[in-house]
Amino acid sequence: MEELIFGRLTLREIPYDNPIIMATLGGSTMLLLCIAFLIWYHGKWSYLWKEWFTSVDHKRIGIMYVVLALVMLLRGFADALLMRTQQALAEGSAQGYLPPDHYNQIFSAHGTIMIIFVAMPFFIGLMNIIVPLQIGARDVAYPFLNSVSFWLTASSAALVMLSLGLGNFSHAGWSGYPPLSEKNYSPGPGVDYWIWGLQLGGVGTLMTGINFFVTILRLRAPGMTLMKMPIFSWTILVTNVLIMLAFPALTVVLALLALDRYTGMHFFTNHGGGNLMMFTNLFWIWGHPEVYIVILPAFGIYSEVVATFSKKRLFGYTSMVYASVAIATLSFMVWLHHFFTMGAGANVNAFFGIATMVIAIPTGVKVFNWLFTFYRGRIEFTTPVLWTLGFIVTFCIGGMTGVLLAVPGADFELHNSEFLIAHFHNMLIPGALFGYFAGYAYWFPKVFGFKLDETWGKRAFWLWIVGFYLAFMPLYALGFMGMPRRLIHYDNSHWQPYLVVALSGTLIIFGGILCQILQLTLSIRNRAQLRDETGDPWDGRTLEWSIPSPPPAYNFARIPQIHTRDAFLSMKKQAHRTEVVDYEAILLPRSSSLGPFMGGLTFVLGFSLVWYLWWSAILALAGLIGCVVARSWDEHTEEELSAQEVCAIETSLRHPGASVSFAGKPPPVQNLTFERSPLP
Amino acid sequence: MKKWIIPWTGALLLCPSWLWACTGNCGDQWAVLTPRGTIAGQEKTLILTALGLMLLVVVPVILMTFMFAWKYRASNPRADYDPDWDHSTLIEWVVWTIPTLIVAVLGYLVWTSSHTLSPYRPIASSQPPLEVQVVAMDWKWLFIYPEWHIATVNRLVIPAGVPVHFSLTSNAVMSSFFIPQLGGQIYAMAGMKTHLHLIADRPGVFQGYNTQFSGQGFSGMTFETVATSGEAFRQWVHQVETGGQVLDRATFATLEKPSINEAPRLYSLALPDLFDSILSNDTTLRTMTSHSPVPMTAIED
Repeated sequence: MEELIFGRLTLREIPYDNPIIMATLGGSTMLLLCIAFLIWYHGKWSYLWKEWFTSVDHKRIGIMYVVLALVMLLRGFADALLMRTQQALAEGSAQGYLPPDHYNQIFSAHGTIMIIFVAMPFFIGLMNIIVPLQIGARDVAYPFLNSVSFWLTASSAALVMLSLGLGNFSHAGWSGYPPLSEKNYSPGPGVDYWIWGLQLGGVGTLMTGINFFVTILRLRAPGMTLMKMPIFSWTILVTNVLIMLAFPALTVVLALLALDRYTGMHFFTNHGGGNLMMFTNLFWIWGHPEVYIVILPAFGIYSEVVATFSKKRLFGYTSMVYASVAIATLSFMVWLHHFFTMGAGANVNAFFGIATMVIAIPTGVKVFNWLFTFYRGRIEFTTPVLWTLGFIVTFCIGGMTGVLLAVPGADFELHNSEFLIAHFHNMLIPGALFGYFAGYAYWFPKVFGFKLDETWGKRAFWLWIVGFYLAFMPLYALGFMGMPRRLIHYDNSHWQPYLVVALSGTLIIFGGILCQILQLTLSIRNRAQLRDETGDPWDGRTLEWSIPSPPPAYNFARIPQIHTRDAFLSMKKQAHRTEVVDYEAILLPRSSSLGPFMGGLTFVLGFSLVWYLWWSAILALAGLIGCVVARSWDEHTEEELSAQEVCAIETSLRHPGASVSFAGKPPPVQNLTFERSPLP
Repeated sequence: MKKWIIPWTGALLLCPSWLWACTGNCGDQWAVLTPRGTIAGQEKTLILTALGLMLLVVVPVILMTFMFAWKYRASNPRADYDPDWDHSTLIEWVVWTIPTLIVAVLGYLVWTSSHTLSPYRPIASSQPPLEVQVVAMDWKWLFIYPEWHIATVNRLVIPAGVPVHFSLTSNAVMSSFFIPQLGGQIYAMAGMKTHLHLIADRPGVFQGYNTQFSGQGFSGMTFETVATSGEAFRQWVHQVETGGQVLDRATFATLEKPSINEAPRLYSLALPDLFDSILSNDTTLRTMTSHSPVPMTAIED
């Protein structure tokens, strides 16, 4: 009976005996309570709920995605710091300070969180905010679906965070290879947290992929042919095609593993006809395109940043587009390079090795095109440009070690070693994260109407880049010394100095993160000085800079007609800056509380499945279906903003006299004249 | 103090110059760069050749980045400024061709080396290969010498100059068998047999690892590989045969239980088909010993 009600959930699942976890748990609970109290104290809960949580505005959803990514970045980085400290200490007779069970969870959580809950929401947030603005759209194709996607991602992130305090997280690595992740080797709830965290968030991501694919194909401003589309939107289009093609593989492989674990099937077990090789193949058929899913958007950001701050057109736009498409196509042909050492024949290994190297060609072309965009430009060394330069130099090294690992004969010596760790951090930190940071600094004034503090931004960059080299170059060396990855303890005194240097690098990166927190705080405090009234602080080239910052809910009062590639630049040149005269009524999607509600139900569903609470799993699933049914009966999903209202908002945003405060107070409508707008 | 200098300067120099410096006369701790066998030697050459080829592109690109960024800085009014210049057929050709050429050369290298260095390819030698069967267990390595009727745990002894044919499987989760100084690794998987051919050129002691994370005892799953002269090898075999413990079903049942940081053990082998039984998950091996898989959480350390 007790099992029927509580499943396998007992109070013993709280790790009382682990002081590190309990302190973290206590601290973060206190912090959450403090934040909740402060919000309550200032009476902002209803504001948050009405204006943010239930919002289907792509800009607000985008901001929430980025906030989620930044919070999860702190968690993932804390994991990194714990691991680096453990490895720096645990040589010979010293055992370090982490028990193996905890350490194994930390590296599994670090990988899962950094890929799924930092990189993914970060770029999805940026693309949510920017893509509709760049292509001249008023929102995404399916605004409500967008809200559901976000809440699915947020609830699966919450599920992963919960595993810290209730039960444990997977200790089978972020890639969860069976048979280690099968039930007889990992009976606890850890792997189940991993499965449902990835699975439910993955569904959200898949829906985002469909949403943005349709948005970009269907909602571009008139005249914006695909080859006139800003390059960031192009990389996002390619990324979303990758999401749609790759994520189903993840969904399937996780479902099969769940069937093994929950119903005793034998897809990947040692016995009963199971085969773990099917898992590795399916996992990496998703896993390798996933790398390009997180890197391509950053490539797009770099392209925008390089062109804008060199004050020059992007060199080789057509090449850039073809290179992105080539990278995406090839990314599906290389998955086997993750396991050259599984014993496939020489022909198979050679094929996948060469296919992997071929990706270096379009990637190399992109690097050259950025360089030739700098060439004969007027480069302003703003924070986004620094991130870009740091990326190009560092990424070249990572690309080189990547091609090296693509040589099967070399991979046999370097696979699963610290060299591999150095390599993929060398790709993902400059290749993805630096790009997101560049985009964050570049588009921040568009989103909030004031710039970020440059001094602290540059300090953050320098600490990150120096920290990066100190943290990861020693790992390349350790790879040449034969050190396997994921060790909790080792007996080789030659390795320790390198690991201590790596720890020092991690601490310097920590300094960089502190600078970024400080940068944000100071920028908000000094927002009056950093205010940008023009909506175009960088002398931008693309449509998002043609509208006020922060943009009104409908983005464009009138959808612009596009004639050229750098649409806004040519508008500025021809001096018909969009002073709209004819305002029209605009249909806007209505906020919906179903999004956060479905997120909550998804969380309950995931939690119930992890703990075998079948009754609540069934209820949550029924609730989710009920939400979908309820939504499909709802006929009031849009509301109209009249031409007068649009005119009022536009006038207040575009004329410096009528000021709009940060809190977003609506301007007094009666003071405005409407004589220029024909009323319907 | 001295041991701290290399990593700091190495990390600070940022580029793999330390790598080149140490390829000449570095110590044995640089396992991948100090090969002690033909296969490892070829793999090292392959690594350095590929790196060298790529540096031909990477170094100029990095230099160009710094040069362009510096020359075309906004504060330098003397540099050309051409805001509408966005295409050059010549440059497009060059930037597509150079990486393509490098990749073509590397691709050729990949094709040939994948075949010559295939772990399944026997090493050409006048001597017949020594057969060693490897079983990855939770969390130790079992080495079976079927021709000599002995077995060892966490200690591999081989004659130098004689090719060794490893057949590998796992009796638990997936592991990866790796002796960096002798050559590259291969996975050991339950229910499947993989192969690896390695050779030690001269006598010596080389560290071996499991590189595939396999659970709680993963870090301690290391072993020493001792390459000896042919004569010393035969003497050692004889010692083990006569002096060692007997590996029978009962001993195997104990051995099979998950354990951490196992010290080397030597056995004379009473189960001639042990490897095949493990490979085929022979139920008699299991029922005789009334073994059931021990969940990882049952291990307290």
